[in-house]
Amino acid sequence: MSCDLTQTVLHGYLDGELDAARAADFERHLVSCSACVAALEAQESLRSSLMHARLYERAPASLRQKVQGQLGGSARSSVVPIRAAAPWRWLAVAAAFLIAVFLGWRVLPLLRGNQEEITLASAIVDAHLRSLQPGHLEDVQSTDQHTVKPWFDGRIDFAPPVHDFVNDGFPLQGGRLDVVRGRAVAVLVYARRKHLINVFVWPTTEPDSEPLSGSQLGYHWTAWRKSGMEMYAVSDVSPADLADLQHLLVQ
Amino acid sequence: MSAGVERDSLDVLDSQDRARFEQLVLPHLDAAFNLSRWLMRGRADAEDVAQEAMMRALRFFRGFHGGDARAWLLQIVRNTCYTWLEKNRSVDLSTEFDEELHQQPSVTPEALAIAGDNRERLTQALEELPVRFREVLILRELEGCSYKEIAAITSVPIGTVMSALARARQRLQRVLTQPAAAAKTGGRL
Repeated sequence: MSCDLTQTVLHGYLDGELDAARAADFERHLVSCSACVAALEAQESLRSSLMHARLYERAPASLRQKVQGQLGGSARSSVVPIRAAAPWRWLAVAAAFLIAVFLGWRVLPLLRGNQEEITLASAIVDAHLRSLQPGHLEDVQSTDQHTVKPWFDGRIDFAPPVHDFVNDGFPLQGGRLDVVRGRAVAVLVYARRKHLINVFVWPTTEPDSEPLSGSQLGYHWTAWRKSGMEMYAVSDVSPADLADLQHLLVQ
Repeated sequence: MSAGVERDSLDVLDSQDRARFEQLVLPHLDAAFNLSRWLMRGRADAEDVAQEAMMRALRFFRGFHGGDARAWLLQIVRNTCYTWLEKNRSVDLSTEFDEELHQQPSVTPEALAIAGDNRERLTQALEELPVRFREVLILRELEGCSYKEIAAITSVPIGTVMSALARARQRLQRVLTQPAAAAKTGGRL
């Protein structure tokens, strides 16, 4: 048995590249096409193998030094020695910088009008990027909210709201602790098709707020306050997907 | 490329440009090296080629007017790799996407999982793929590029990225689930 879609649309679906209407069409097709179901399963298995084999090879220190050397003694090279030990941090630093600039200019004056927020944005993006490194995503890996929620007990001094939205297309993947501005925060990890969303949660005494969103370098974020919790969702999914998750989380 | 030329071109960039380069492009050095490593099939030449690509990026930086810096850099890396491969390894880079899609013999996810559960086996399988297949897989699965970015980096229309990935994945599956000898002869036993 075969199906032409296994060589076309199935891949767009797997990669989260179909628009909502086409994705829904394909999901309906899956109900009646065992060839596509089997092919999708095989492709997911292949992808999972590729993801877990740690095939990504980072730039060696020697290359970084040579490039730095050729760039010359520019003003920012003083940052390098500290960061060189963890090369991926470069990406985080740059992303954080750009987001911080964007936040500082556009959004934070609305949110709180506070310079401190620039460091918050940096910290959040930094943490998101760090979480994408192998082995850093979850401390507790479970799709069961009744496993994830108790896991936080005793580890942090507040109880984050933990819900699985698998029926809405946002399955819970797990949770972890992170540190943002010296404070332990809870992080809930959701999947959207093949993408991951980090939701940072910590308590606040500020009143509820409407979500504020932005994006930079391919990462989108949405921040809001609800019922004494500050939440910050970050991901490479579309802003529309992020908004959907935000709606689910405030329900 | 002599050191003199590099120095001249660097002098053209003022300190503001260099700071911008460090903020926008340098963070993608890992991505540049990773792509180079997989296109070159090994770390030995990958470092030299990645370095040359970074220098080219610096030279062309005046022509970068914002947008996706990673895609911009990776396009330069890819071109640098291809130039090197054509010159030094006489790799034929043109034809692979014309290949017919073979009807896939049924592959169970279990068999694939077992075959894929091994870093060396996966590395070998990826390196056996034609470079055009390998690059879309690396960009999508390791670098997490969108179809739009892959289209920009590999200079193909965005509409063909999906089928390129389909073919590449099918080839990888075939290499992974067949004995090594069969894979080398293109899957014909």
